[in-house]
Amino acid sequence: MTDLQLPAWAGWAMGLGLLLFIVLVAISVRRNHGIKRSIFAAPYSLWMIIFTILPCILIAYYALTDANGRFTFDNFSSFWDSNHIMRENLRAVAGDEMAATVARGSVNVDTLVYSLWMAFLCTAVSLVLGYPAALFMADRKMKLGATLVVLFIIPMWMNFLLRTIAWMSLLEDNGLINAFLQWIGVGKAQLMYNQEAVLLGMVYNFLPFMVFPIYTSLSKMDPKLAEAAQDLGCNDFRTLYKVTMPLSLPGVISGITMVFMPSVTTFFIPRVLGGGNTRMFGDLIESTFKTAGNWNLGSALSLIMMILILISLSILRKADPNGEGGGIV
Amino acid sequence: MKKLICALLAAVLLLPVCALAAEEVNIFNWEDYIDESVLEQFEQETGIKVNYMRFTENEDMIISVESNPGKFDVVFPSEYMVERMINRGELAEINFDNIPNFANIRDDLKNPSYDPGNAHSVPYMWGTLGILYNTKLVDEADVQTWGVLWNEKYAGQVLMMDSLRDTMGLALLMVNPENSMNCTDYAQLRAAADLLIMQKQSGMVKSYGLDEFKDKMVAGEGALAVVYSGDAEYAIELNEDLAYVVPREGSNIWVDNAVIPATARNKENAEKFIDFLCRPEIAAANVQEIGYCCVNVPAMEILGEEYQSSSVMNPSEDVISRCEYYHDLDETWLSIYTTLYSEVLSAKVNN
Repeated sequence: MTDLQLPAWAGWAMGLGLLLFIVLVAISVRRNHGIKRSIFAAPYSLWMIIFTILPCILIAYYALTDANGRFTFDNFSSFWDSNHIMRENLRAVAGDEMAATVARGSVNVDTLVYSLWMAFLCTAVSLVLGYPAALFMADRKMKLGATLVVLFIIPMWMNFLLRTIAWMSLLEDNGLINAFLQWIGVGKAQLMYNQEAVLLGMVYNFLPFMVFPIYTSLSKMDPKLAEAAQDLGCNDFRTLYKVTMPLSLPGVISGITMVFMPSVTTFFIPRVLGGGNTRMFGDLIESTFKTAGNWNLGSALSLIMMILILISLSILRKADPNGEGGGIV
Repeated sequence: MKKLICALLAAVLLLPVCALAAEEVNIFNWEDYIDESVLEQFEQETGIKVNYMRFTENEDMIISVESNPGKFDVVFPSEYMVERMINRGELAEINFDNIPNFANIRDDLKNPSYDPGNAHSVPYMWGTLGILYNTKLVDEADVQTWGVLWNEKYAGQVLMMDSLRDTMGLALLMVNPENSMNCTDYAQLRAAADLLIMQKQSGMVKSYGLDEFKDKMVAGEGALAVVYSGDAEYAIELNEDLAYVVPREGSNIWVDNAVIPATARNKENAEKFIDFLCRPEIAAANVQEIGYCCVNVPAMEILGEEYQSSSVMNPSEDVISRCEYYHDLDETWLSIYTTLYSEVLSAKVNN
């Protein structure tokens, strides 16, 4: 990694942040008429200021400046036209005529659109797979439910990088699945290095984030409501459709957010299971920082993604105003 | 009295610093890039304490050197990074009176274009860029050209390197064998990027990667892979079906060098250490440990027949004459390379 070259005022900003923190603590101590309660919140708010608020300010600063620290919107032009910097550079070294041959580059926009599409697919598949699983787990008549909860949690004890790499040894040409396919006489199939493998990896990693919020809201539901519906003549399907599903909506919305957000920002999975054949926005941001060494453009790309996520969060927030699905939205 | 105490205190504090400074050398080398027992041997012979530190990328290394002046006495940049450091005035001129063993270095690696006259650098390890292929799947005649990576016979079985300079460089040679891998002609670069996009879209490429290729090739997960010769040697030792070739259009030759930063505090010790590395037995021990090509002529005799006959470890003059060094691109051209390469990485595969 390259070292962090902070702008000159970063030290001041950090000092100011610390001051702000002390003032906030003082105010909350006064409000709560004592030091006891607010003291517990102090480590967390300090953490938030140093590791969330300040980095956000820095990202915004980098996104709106050029390499020399001057204010500019150039990084956003570069997002829209990925050839922007190259054209300007060519103008300098090869003249206007050569620069004019460079058309608008759509690499950044296309990659973002592709990431949103993959995130949508991942969320949809997770919902279709996750909802029945949550229903099953929350059903009090099923003794297996509790076991299933544990089975969902156990893989999460392992690091997601390891879990993703483990898929490689399953999907490889000479991997376990292909060995089995060959043994039963079907023959080898190319299972890895394509979009489907990436989607599989994403769903596998993010599915628990869909299942658990739905599970929580389903198990909080009063079972008498379903019984009442059946007493009043609903069959099983209508009970599910008219009673259970609407009541579990907050959990569904929370699940959708929890899956959609990490899906848009996915990186590493496309490189391992997609073999670099599919590039997502997270990988693009990483290579803009690391390979291209362009911190300003990288920050602008991050900022655009953060704004998109904020917008989608606020839309979802409208659907679950009371935060019943765990208040994650 | 107070002044005296202060002076005494200062002297006491400075003493160990002076004592250490006279007898230590700070080495900054690549991860897994030396036989560590030779470090002990150096300490025993000279009484100089070796502080050994490691890095994984040229770009990380130069940042550490720039932000910690005086911390390192010997570092090991690749050829283009040597050039960049010379241009930035960050390297000390080496006094070759202190390095008699420099005579052992291969003549064809002396006086390189990245550091004329070897004023600042002594070669440490070297190698080429080429194609590792599975002889059971690939026809030897096909693989003599980079064009094999576009040959439809091997569609879906090519492992391409995810490396800006190497991948763009070989595509430049495909556009026109007369091109330099350091080309700064936009039309040629554009054509090279288009060739790589075409290769990807037509489904030739199985995956893009770097370090994992040698293991994939050993496991038979691909027919052709673009690799460095050191990785090729490792793979061939584990799987005898594999072979390595430097295509006829030419390729890159890379050299990792020992250099002394201008800010080094123990320049003489650094020169002693570099001279030590150029000793045949030491060079041979290091090559045996890490498996890259040997820069040291007498060391090759120690390494034996098997090594000398290996075309991977000991490239022929013909191969060397076809290859060229990478030169350090300025920021403008580097950003043009980067933009074009980014387009390749983002291209969609037509299924």
